[in-house]
Amino acid sequence: MSSPLALPFQTGGHPAADSTGSSHMIHTSVESPKPLPAGGEITPLLTLSGISKNFPGVRALSGVSLSLYPGQVTALIGENGAGKSTLVKILTGIYQPDEGEIRIGGQPAKLPTAHAAFEQGITAIHQETVLFDHLTVAENIFLGHAPRTRFGMIDWRTMRANAKEVLETLGAGHIDADAPLSDLGIANKHLVAIARAMSIDARIVIMDEPTAALSAKEIEELFLLIEFLKSQKKAILFISHKFDEIFRIADRYTVFRDGQMVGEGRLAGTTQNALVRMMVGRAVDHIFPERQPKIGGPLLAVSGLSHPTEFDDISFELRQGEILGFYGLVGAGRSEVMQAIAGMTRTSRGTIMLRGQEIAPRSAADAISAGIVYVPEERGRQGVVIGMPIFQNVSLPSLKRTSKSGVLRLAEEFRLARTYTERLDLRASSLSQDVGTLSGGNQQKVVIAKWLATKPKVIILDEPTKGIDIGSKAAVHGFMAELVAEGLSVIMVSSELPEILGMSDRVVVMREGRIAAIRENDGLDAEMLVRLAAGIAQ
Amino acid sequence: MKTLAKHREIWLLAAIVLLIAIIALRFPVFARPGNLLNVFNDYSILIILALGQMVVILTRSIDLSMASNLAFTGMAVAMTNAAFPEIPVVFLILMAMAIGTALGAFNGVLVWKLGIPPIVVTLGTLTIFRGATFVLSGGAWVNADQMSQGFIALPRIVFLGLPVLSWSAITAIALFHLLMTRTAFGRSIYAVGINPTASVYAGIDVGRTKFLAFCLSGLVAGLCGYLWISRYVIASVEVANGYELSIIAACVIGGVSIAGGIGTVAGAALGALFLGIIGSSLPVINISPFWQLAISGSAIILAVVLNARGERRQGRIILRRAEA
Repeated sequence: MSSPLALPFQTGGHPAADSTGSSHMIHTSVESPKPLPAGGEITPLLTLSGISKNFPGVRALSGVSLSLYPGQVTALIGENGAGKSTLVKILTGIYQPDEGEIRIGGQPAKLPTAHAAFEQGITAIHQETVLFDHLTVAENIFLGHAPRTRFGMIDWRTMRANAKEVLETLGAGHIDADAPLSDLGIANKHLVAIARAMSIDARIVIMDEPTAALSAKEIEELFLLIEFLKSQKKAILFISHKFDEIFRIADRYTVFRDGQMVGEGRLAGTTQNALVRMMVGRAVDHIFPERQPKIGGPLLAVSGLSHPTEFDDISFELRQGEILGFYGLVGAGRSEVMQAIAGMTRTSRGTIMLRGQEIAPRSAADAISAGIVYVPEERGRQGVVIGMPIFQNVSLPSLKRTSKSGVLRLAEEFRLARTYTERLDLRASSLSQDVGTLSGGNQQKVVIAKWLATKPKVIILDEPTKGIDIGSKAAVHGFMAELVAEGLSVIMVSSELPEILGMSDRVVVMREGRIAAIRENDGLDAEMLVRLAAGIAQ
Repeated sequence: MKTLAKHREIWLLAAIVLLIAIIALRFPVFARPGNLLNVFNDYSILIILALGQMVVILTRSIDLSMASNLAFTGMAVAMTNAAFPEIPVVFLILMAMAIGTALGAFNGVLVWKLGIPPIVVTLGTLTIFRGATFVLSGGAWVNADQMSQGFIALPRIVFLGLPVLSWSAITAIALFHLLMTRTAFGRSIYAVGINPTASVYAGIDVGRTKFLAFCLSGLVAGLCGYLWISRYVIASVEVANGYELSIIAACVIGGVSIAGGIGTVAGAALGALFLGIIGSSLPVINISPFWQLAISGSAIILAVVLNARGERRQGRIILRRAEA
């Protein structure tokens, strides 16, 4: 059922004549390699080889390679957590690789700081632009390399004139160089970011999900610009989850999976299905717990739940003793739906029924006392309270139960903490230890223990095993299986396909704030889920 | 972190002992127990105020209006006492605490319901409360001879060798310690200060917690309104003018982090005592008041530098975990 969205620009590295008609570019690549005969291989402008990056307990990248060619767009494809962001951070000088070599224009290069990357002509345009809202467009374009007067002061007149010139070459003459950036929409902010890239004579432009917040028309305009950058012999790294865009704009692809490079080549001659297969096909490195689901009647029924901007018409049912997986691309609105069910955000429409009774949680405390808990995705920011001992972290949502008219009963707190951390096999020398001294996996166990201690009926786990080591993952999965065996119901939001397929009884796929499909996990395969989430299958 | 904080208080205690020892070299009488108890008594009010301020600062807020609250409440009870000398002092103390709490609640509501930054709210009420004191008194003073005997005598009554004023500070330290370490409220204060986001997810109402913290600092300021007026036996618009800075300084020297979440009752109390030792010793060893200010100021900056170091080390751990 896939519909390959072809294809005007699949011809390789030489786009048709310069569409903007500007032949007097103010900036051209200094070191662009000599043009080779059309159709022949050209030398890459940037090569990464054997790049590895470890974080405590996690190998984010292992021996990956990547080549970017002048005048070509290379699409970087991979699931969430495949290592794309880490790679971008290495390219922009924010992270240092543990191993491997970076070559720019054939020369070995080091990118020890963000400034060094900037000097090498590498610039990144992010999903949400990292520009300064309170500065003007011109200031944003020339921040850090503003033209100076003889006396070392900023030469405002030249700066404005140059800013206008750069914007005009980009076909963005409608943007006022003196306007504060905060007045601009996201598409125009992208233009400013690109103008900035042009003004620093960037040779390598990284675009990290640049279309995520753009309308269809704005995406078209962005693509015109990318064509223009190609004509300027810039090497472009384009990161996107959207296959139609990739086929539309990119010349080459590189696929990452679990921190490894699993394929690269020219896009012409490959198919969406082949790329999806590369993204998800993997060796089984993790055994999921065997379980005999004993699924009872409906426990939680959500119907028509809507939010003015985040999600619309969400209806699903969660049964007793069931693990319901929520799959989707980042930004599909899964966490937002869960936060609404957990009382963190208000909805505009729809009902939530628990055991046939409507609940309208107005705060997390309401949801917790109704028996619904939400274990948030960002462990560090939303989960643990670093600086507090383990037992205090565990008892935090249960303070009502561990205190008597406001006075804490320490023995009760410790009993609660011990009961639940032991069940999760927490490795810690003492429950009075600061939770910040634990490993990521053990912190996650503390977070889950804290929520279980509230004795919930429904537990919502948002990316429960993101960024934790294999051993802790297995413990969390085993524990989820135990929970449902005891009659609890679990909603598991996850972007990891093996986890979704290995743990769920049913899977809800969300796309762009709506439910795209609800399937029994019976003969489901990873490729199908990816196609549903990306909107290339019904 | 607990051990780090403990260390901090031990270091502060050591600094205080060292300070006393140095002063004793030039002026041995200063180190006599009787004199040290006098210093404690003189700075009891600062200690109590610092405890209230600490609770507010722990929630990532600040209360600049405490000294003005104190002045207003003090004026209100002094005028009541002058007009109706037959009202028992106990009732006046309750009245002071009620008025103080009401003013604190006003700050708290603005922070909670309107989401105005605490520094802005209390900068405003600092002036408003002071102005209200003027409006209330018409600029007049209430003098010693207008106050009743009981009103003036209470803080001076000696009980088990110490004046009631000192006992108030000791009681406040004990109560605040229990409040912060043994109650659900105290736990929420720390949780809100360390990680407001996680606190929201844990079902703690962050705004309400801040509101209650402001009520508490108001209550304390109100109580100190009575203590101050009865100790110095004069109520005027100028009472405790600028004192909010000493209160905050005591907290900062005591290791209370302005960024919230870190700080203990012992720390805040020791910070106030440190200022007390400096303030009462330097005049007797003939150091000019300007040097006094410079020394207090340096102590504040030194404390902030030391605390920032401690916190930075912690921050690195957080960062490493976050990357993992």
